[in-house]
Amino acid sequence: MHPKRKQRLSLILFMVVGVSIAVGLLMYSLSQNINLFYTPTQIADGEVPIGQTIRAGGLVVAGSVEREEHGLGVTFKVTDGFAEVPIYFDGILPDLFREGQGIVALVRMNEAGLLVASEVLAKHDEVYMPPEVQDALDQAHSRGKEALYEARY
Amino acid sequence: MNIVYAMMPELGQLALIMALIAAVFQVIIPTIGLYRRQGWLMAYARPLASGQAIFLLISWLALTISFVIDDFSVAYVANNSNTALPTAYKISAVWGAHEGSLLLWVAMLGCWGMAVAWFSKTLPLDMVARVLAIMGLVSIGFILFTVETSNPFERNLPSQPLDGKDLNPLLQDFGLIVHPPTLYMGYVGLSVVFAFALAALLGGRLDAAWARWSRPWTTAAWVFLTIGIALGSWWAYYELGWGGWWFWDPVENASLMPWLVATALMHSLAVTEKRGLFKSWTVLLAIFAFSLSLLGTFLVRSGVLTSVHAFASDPERGLFLLILLGITVGGSLLLYALRAPQVNSVGRYDWISRETGLLINNLFLIVATLAVLLGTLYPLVIDFFGMGKISVGPAWFNLMFVPLTLALALVMASGTIARWKSDSLNRIWQEQQWAWWAAVVFAIVMPLLLSGPWHWQVMLGLGVSIWLALAMFLDVWRKARGQWRKIPSLGLSYHGMVLAHLGMAITIVGVTMVSHYSIEKSVRMAPGDSAYLGDYRFEFSRAGQIDGPNFVSQAAQFDVYKGERLISQLLTEKRQYTVSGSIMTEAAIDVSLWRDLYVSMGEPLPNGAWGMRIQVKPFMRWVWLGAIFMSIGGVLAMLDKRYRRQKKIPSRVLGANA
Repeated sequence: MHPKRKQRLSLILFMVVGVSIAVGLLMYSLSQNINLFYTPTQIADGEVPIGQTIRAGGLVVAGSVEREEHGLGVTFKVTDGFAEVPIYFDGILPDLFREGQGIVALVRMNEAGLLVASEVLAKHDEVYMPPEVQDALDQAHSRGKEALYEARY
Repeated sequence: MNIVYAMMPELGQLALIMALIAAVFQVIIPTIGLYRRQGWLMAYARPLASGQAIFLLISWLALTISFVIDDFSVAYVANNSNTALPTAYKISAVWGAHEGSLLLWVAMLGCWGMAVAWFSKTLPLDMVARVLAIMGLVSIGFILFTVETSNPFERNLPSQPLDGKDLNPLLQDFGLIVHPPTLYMGYVGLSVVFAFALAALLGGRLDAAWARWSRPWTTAAWVFLTIGIALGSWWAYYELGWGGWWFWDPVENASLMPWLVATALMHSLAVTEKRGLFKSWTVLLAIFAFSLSLLGTFLVRSGVLTSVHAFASDPERGLFLLILLGITVGGSLLLYALRAPQVNSVGRYDWISRETGLLINNLFLIVATLAVLLGTLYPLVIDFFGMGKISVGPAWFNLMFVPLTLALALVMASGTIARWKSDSLNRIWQEQQWAWWAAVVFAIVMPLLLSGPWHWQVMLGLGVSIWLALAMFLDVWRKARGQWRKIPSLGLSYHGMVLAHLGMAITIVGVTMVSHYSIEKSVRMAPGDSAYLGDYRFEFSRAGQIDGPNFVSQAAQFDVYKGERLISQLLTEKRQYTVSGSIMTEAAIDVSLWRDLYVSMGEPLPNGAWGMRIQVKPFMRWVWLGAIFMSIGGVLAMLDKRYRRQKKIPSRVLGANA
């Protein structure tokens, strides 16, 4: 092989190997840093590991928002139409948080099995439904619980 | 209503279609000219580009008029405006939602094309023809997209609503008047560089002249992107009501990626112009920069994302955009694959040289872009294959991005003073060692003087910034041979470079300080209550109600004391917009160079109490101040006289191969 070509080939090989290593490392650290989304049904089924940060979401159940007497602690339930799970949050809820609204929260299940939120997200737009929540509703819907779902909404 | 005004939507629609036709001709006629080597046909490119831009501007103006006169027979106006909306917001409501923002996008694309047509007097005609034909192609794609899937002029007939649904309250704000247009100018501006790169590939003219033409355009787009991103961050900070200024939200990432690649491109273009190296790499960067802005448009506009920016939208649009993206990326990469092997870079350089410095710059920026891209697209890919719904948190992005930025800044200081072709570490060390020792001392001492806990990240962040800043000052002083009066004559592009790099140092200081020393507290407060945060006492002194033009707000007044001294009075509001019923928080911020005091209202609680979020954010302004420095630097570099030098260009028109 022509020496110049040989040099070029080794440079290319070097780059390919380097990029693969970089991407591999990126992917590895990425897999350690993702937050999985769980539907209320999955949470009620006990699929959530204790102590791990996950994302949970659903529609805020009407009449389920309860405030503590002092401080900012608040408990509310979210539902996918099939299961309802309570979430505790100590902080300021976003402006678009309201009953019946789709929300997504960053939560962690504590030792007592209660979901404690570190962040609650409700979106800009009232007609907008977080895709995860929509998906959770659809899943619950297809579990053949239409009757329950429709009775509630 | 005046009959002329009532016809505005039709006029706008017509103008949009005329623009489409102009764009089609802008592609066809110059292409035929290039193929037949007939200059008079190529010369049509310029007037057609101007014509297209003017039609697009008419179309945009027509929509604006429909907004201003409250023509609710237009569906888009009815959905995004209201009679009670202040006029300034009626005008900005034009780009408040999908259809209008696309119209703005294409209008800007047209304007960039027109700018190329006007400011390309020194460019050979065949190059102008190619560049404008390629820009015309992009225009066709996006005007078609607008007309087909997102027509803002659609009428709401026969039943027209009496009043509009009002503009999303989040967008009723100065930041949102200026943020989207600036960002779009940046996104779309990259199409010029993209067109230049493809035209050079097609014409086999990847030379120093091509690089020199591309540089000011790249810098212009980059300046708009920089300002646009900074404005977005600033807007999110004061308008979303919780004091965050960067969320690693997919849409922010979508704007950051083209910025990173454009930054890499500016630096790589410098090598291509000065040394004739990295040519194919530069072309590839130009293609990537524009592809990433298209990707950004796709991500924002297709509704595939969960983000604070995501609005309800429709999948057909996503598909159309994905196809446009596919054609652009696929087509340009194919052309690249066919043509790039014929490009050979001449010249050599040593391991220690400015070329190497800029190569490292590009390497870091590209890895950073890859990291952001991966983090943004990974959840989408996982979801697409039905492997679950996940999100990548800020922690990951910070883990990737922060070390890369610091490493980049560390190399930056030496890279800027390294000589082309060959240099020695010894010489660089001789020049910079004082800056280095000063930075080391500063990095050790400064974090100990600051109140608050010691963090090694603060030491690194401050150390790197001061190192960069001192090295820049040292270099200015050396270049001016220690004489103040010589400093102005160092050339605009040199000053631009220095300012932009200082901007980088300033932003790093801001990010470091605000990330590690911000304090915040969410508390329940009733009028008369005080909250203590840092050295400050925030007293909730008064509660009241304010009536705005299209909202009613509950307001809370805070008196902020430092010790016994009243230093600021803040008025925060919780607004309810009458038409939509949406609730919005207006944060109250006391701004200074050294710290921001931030108060925002949460929810009303029983007995007149409110949830209040109170924050002290040191050096917050520095984050954006750095961006201002970078932008000014960019503008100076663009205005350097060597880009305006009139050069005799041999008319190679006939010799060009199409």
